[in-house]
Amino acid sequence: MKILVCVKQVPQKDAPLKLNESGTWIREDVSYEVNEPDAFALEEALRQKEKHGGEVVAITAGPARAQQVLREALAKGADRAIHLEDPGFVGLDAFNTARAFAAAIKDEKFDLIFTGLQSDDYGFAQTGVILADLMGWPHATIIMQIEKSDGGIKVKRELEAGYFQFVEMPLPAVLTIQSGINKLRYATLIGIKQAKNKPLRKVTLAEVQSAIGANLQKIERMYIPQKTKKTEYLEGSPGEIAKKLVDKLRNEIRVL
Amino acid sequence: MPETILVVTEQREGKLNRVSWETLAAGQAIASETGWTLEAAVIGDGVSAIANEIAAKKTAKVYAVESPALKTYTPDAFSAGLKQFLTSRQPKLVLMPHTYQVRDFIPKLATAMGRSVVSDCIGFRKDKDGGKLLFTRQMFQGKFAADVSLQCDAPWFVTFQNGAFRGDKVETGASAAPVEVVKVEIPAETVRTKPQEVFKEAKQAVDLTQAEIIVSVGRGIKEQKNIELAKQLADALGGEIAASRPICDSGWLPMDRQIGSSGQTVAPKLYLALGISGAIQHIVGMKGARSVVAINKDHEAPIFEIADVAVVGNLFDIVPPLIEEVKKAKS
Repeated sequence: MKILVCVKQVPQKDAPLKLNESGTWIREDVSYEVNEPDAFALEEALRQKEKHGGEVVAITAGPARAQQVLREALAKGADRAIHLEDPGFVGLDAFNTARAFAAAIKDEKFDLIFTGLQSDDYGFAQTGVILADLMGWPHATIIMQIEKSDGGIKVKRELEAGYFQFVEMPLPAVLTIQSGINKLRYATLIGIKQAKNKPLRKVTLAEVQSAIGANLQKIERMYIPQKTKKTEYLEGSPGEIAKKLVDKLRNEIRVL
Repeated sequence: MPETILVVTEQREGKLNRVSWETLAAGQAIASETGWTLEAAVIGDGVSAIANEIAAKKTAKVYAVESPALKTYTPDAFSAGLKQFLTSRQPKLVLMPHTYQVRDFIPKLATAMGRSVVSDCIGFRKDKDGGKLLFTRQMFQGKFAADVSLQCDAPWFVTFQNGAFRGDKVETGASAAPVEVVKVEIPAETVRTKPQEVFKEAKQAVDLTQAEIIVSVGRGIKEQKNIELAKQLADALGGEIAASRPICDSGWLPMDRQIGSSGQTVAPKLYLALGISGAIQHIVGMKGARSVVAINKDHEAPIFEIADVAVVGNLFDIVPPLIEEVKKAKS
């Protein structure tokens, strides 16, 4: 099976984020990491390859710094990588990102495309499904298990409130992967060494420009959310805080 | 003719999903702000009874969009059926709840129509000049909010997060709205996925929805062995232990103790969050709690947005004396 995995570089979970001057995006001088669900998507692709053979290709769109997530993917076992490299890719909406990916892989023949179920930055939860429609392929979202079946695959979709559902579909197909579907591996030293010699194809914005258009949605303003609740902050030494908290639990929240 | 807002509700096996009422309330709020006409739709096979139920609410018209291919949910059939219906109706704005099912097909539907979805919104507003309609959504796991405008032609697609509007505040109409059954054509061969029965994994051993006190742990607990500390606090308080998704994914606590969109939705008297940052997917599962106490070392953690009592600090410093104080208070 030939599998494409879409990975995205996002700010680290506990990175202190600040708004840029125009108040439409964050200041980009923060630490980055791979979007967590995408790491599970990559791991699943590697496991499928180990079971059924084939090839795993990692793709990302973003500035030069985003190459790091591809290097990690190669170190963990991906065979090659595609980097749509330009700072301009950061500002694309989900429709344009999917169109850029579709354009970049138009000469490839994948059996499966995996994405994480959503990104930690925009949180659209859309790029994979849009890509499926652009490719003319079936899809399923929030996947917790993948098996080969006669003529296709059988996947386990997570539904709300602890419910699941198995769905069968033909290949090629797009799946969006839920965190926790598997256990992530670490890159080995030898993997990191080998990654340096694996092919990484760069695609410029100009090469896919004709496939994309103006964004269909626009962030007019980004801001720190207004609080709807009055929060009381407890301060002091740990012992003092514990006393104050117990006082609240007893006299205000009334659970003691 | 005024523009139309269309709320597409979600039903499963003849029952409306509770968030459908919330989305209808959102539609009513936008209609009263804009003066646009509000209509609603329900999709399935033989769903006119549900359409009648919706028609009791304040709305101009309710459509039952029907086809045998819509009996069981598939993204292909729902997308194709709704595309036909929307193309004939031309609404300005299409609203849906941000459920797992809607997430599964709405990007496909919008793409097939060359349109865009503003997903997982928590509100709307008109911009300062009173012109553009903006939709507010959370970004960066709730650390920021963004007002987003649509830059394309109608229909505009917007989904609303679970709990963004009050379902019990849906206004009832003066008289029942007319119901129209619309039949759509979906050739069987265009539906490529074959869904099987919906099932529950194992019997849920713990029912956290009944718990009055919940001590919940997140990534801040750092290691599996530290779960014991949180358990001691839960025991001292006489409450249940629960967790955010990453903790259950790691196997540190069983999946049936997970709170959030993919786990249980709880409303205890006290929800004590230890080292939980408060990602949207977690918040939707616990924001109904009467009191939220949060302990987290990151003062920017979104959990503090909804906390009644906040402690910015290291949980490993605060929890041990807290256990002692709780024990003292109880003895």
